[in-house]
Amino acid sequence: MRVSQAWLVARHDMGIFRHRWGVMGPLIGLPLGVAIGFPLLVNYIVATNGGSGLNSYLPQLINAFSFWFVIGAASLPTAIAAYAIVGEKVEKSLEPLLSTPTTDGEILLGKTLAAFVPTILAIWAGSALFQVLIDAATRGALGYLFYPNWEMFVILFVLTPLVCLYAIEFSVLVSSRVTDARSAQQYASITFVPLIFLYVAGEIGFSLDTTHLLYISGIFAVLVLALFQVSRRIFHRDEILTRWK
Amino acid sequence: MIHAEGLTKRFGNLTAVDQISLDIDEGEVFGFLGPNGAGKTTTVRMLAALISKTSGRAEVAGYEIGEEANELKIRQRIGVLPDNVGLYDSTSAYQNLEYFGRLHRMDPATLRKNIERLLRMMDLWEKRDLPVSTYSKGMKQKVAIARALVHDPILLFLDEPTANLDPEAAKMVRDVILELKKENRTIFLNTHNLDEAQRICDRVGIIRTRLLTTGSVESLRSGFSRKRTAVRLQRPTEELVAAVKQTLHKEGVELSGDRLLIDVEDPDRENPDITEAVVAAGGRVIELSQVSPSLEEVYLKLVHEENPPP
Repeated sequence: MRVSQAWLVARHDMGIFRHRWGVMGPLIGLPLGVAIGFPLLVNYIVATNGGSGLNSYLPQLINAFSFWFVIGAASLPTAIAAYAIVGEKVEKSLEPLLSTPTTDGEILLGKTLAAFVPTILAIWAGSALFQVLIDAATRGALGYLFYPNWEMFVILFVLTPLVCLYAIEFSVLVSSRVTDARSAQQYASITFVPLIFLYVAGEIGFSLDTTHLLYISGIFAVLVLALFQVSRRIFHRDEILTRWK
Repeated sequence: MIHAEGLTKRFGNLTAVDQISLDIDEGEVFGFLGPNGAGKTTTVRMLAALISKTSGRAEVAGYEIGEEANELKIRQRIGVLPDNVGLYDSTSAYQNLEYFGRLHRMDPATLRKNIERLLRMMDLWEKRDLPVSTYSKGMKQKVAIARALVHDPILLFLDEPTANLDPEAAKMVRDVILELKKENRTIFLNTHNLDEAQRICDRVGIIRTRLLTTGSVESLRSGFSRKRTAVRLQRPTEELVAAVKQTLHKEGVELSGDRLLIDVEDPDRENPDITEAVVAAGGRVIELSQVSPSLEEVYLKLVHEENPPP
């Protein structure tokens, strides 16, 4: 496996997505919306409640809001992965790509990186802004800087990458069975349904603390490994050229 | 350059390619003819190390197909033009070629030189920075051929390079192939355009799941069992045709323009009788000649035979 060859594929795909509003819009809009929208809401809550009882309520609320970055990590790469694979199917450019001295694994890794790198960078950039704005909004009410903390560390550096990979691998599976990027994206969007449940659980009292976040990460790690095995089998040139729709 | 023995591909119960054996020499242009679904594209995909074989063996550009390490070396040495051009429409011709050159791990200076040479050869250099989506079908096909050539392959697989093109674009593409022939490249040309095969190819093979025959166009035509004598006449009539049929006791007599076409088994023995019969029926002979069957006749006979020869 030559990572440099995979990186060539990834760079090429990223160059193409840069000009697609359907990909770039959500990639910029969602992290930015979460990074600005939720701190504004928190600021409003702090301003209207005047600090009474916020010490116990705010941390739980902010942790639940920060989970939106995990949901973003599940939803954003599906658009890119759908274009990266189904887009090539539509343009019939997979066969010429497979005709180059590049292995199936290198192409799959390249497609994965093309979806993974921009998603993670967008999530990390959005979360940096989110943390700064949350600290600015809550420092007075809480009396300390809420961020950085271990929960956010686990979310950003353990859970988010795993969830992102899980969504990409799932998109690869979907991409082999559909013929347009929009359908691929729609089918792949079910990947973030379990995360919505976790978010709602966090809102109604389930503690998204470090321990629970690590447990959730473990589950996603197992899912990623399982889906990776299946997608390796599906993203095989024999399958692509003879069985893919 | 290509040596295949008993190459076979099955998809479940369906045999797409059955026991193909062939040899193609360096610098040869080999035409692979056959109807749709005959196994042409599957054969190219196996030889180009794109899909696995079910059985048999093949050596392509010096490497045995079937092992991943060899297959990377094969794909490094060959160029493939699939039946769909498969270009990245939103990027330019230059960027398309650059990407594929990089995937072939070319050094940047050689890559730049090759891209310029090919785009100039294809008459696309001036339009190199325009998105491919703005190109005509013929121009896209030329970019796709350039993409297959950008890494200087020693062997080129072209799958239906002129299919779906208008006559002018098809001629442009054929001219490019003739240029490549002059450069002594080995070309494996999948086509069902018989005229194209006749004009371009040194040898052709006809496939209908099995390889029915191979040879030069001339040898296929001369080896074809149907021989005909053509008698060019002044003012031929239907009555004359009927009279000649009756005299010669032959059904295979037909009028085509001013020529009377008569099926024969042994021209040396039968032609004097034919001349005599025509003259006796009142025909005035201008010229008498032997007619070779066209490649089209050979092709149609072979692909429609119930039990084609092995």
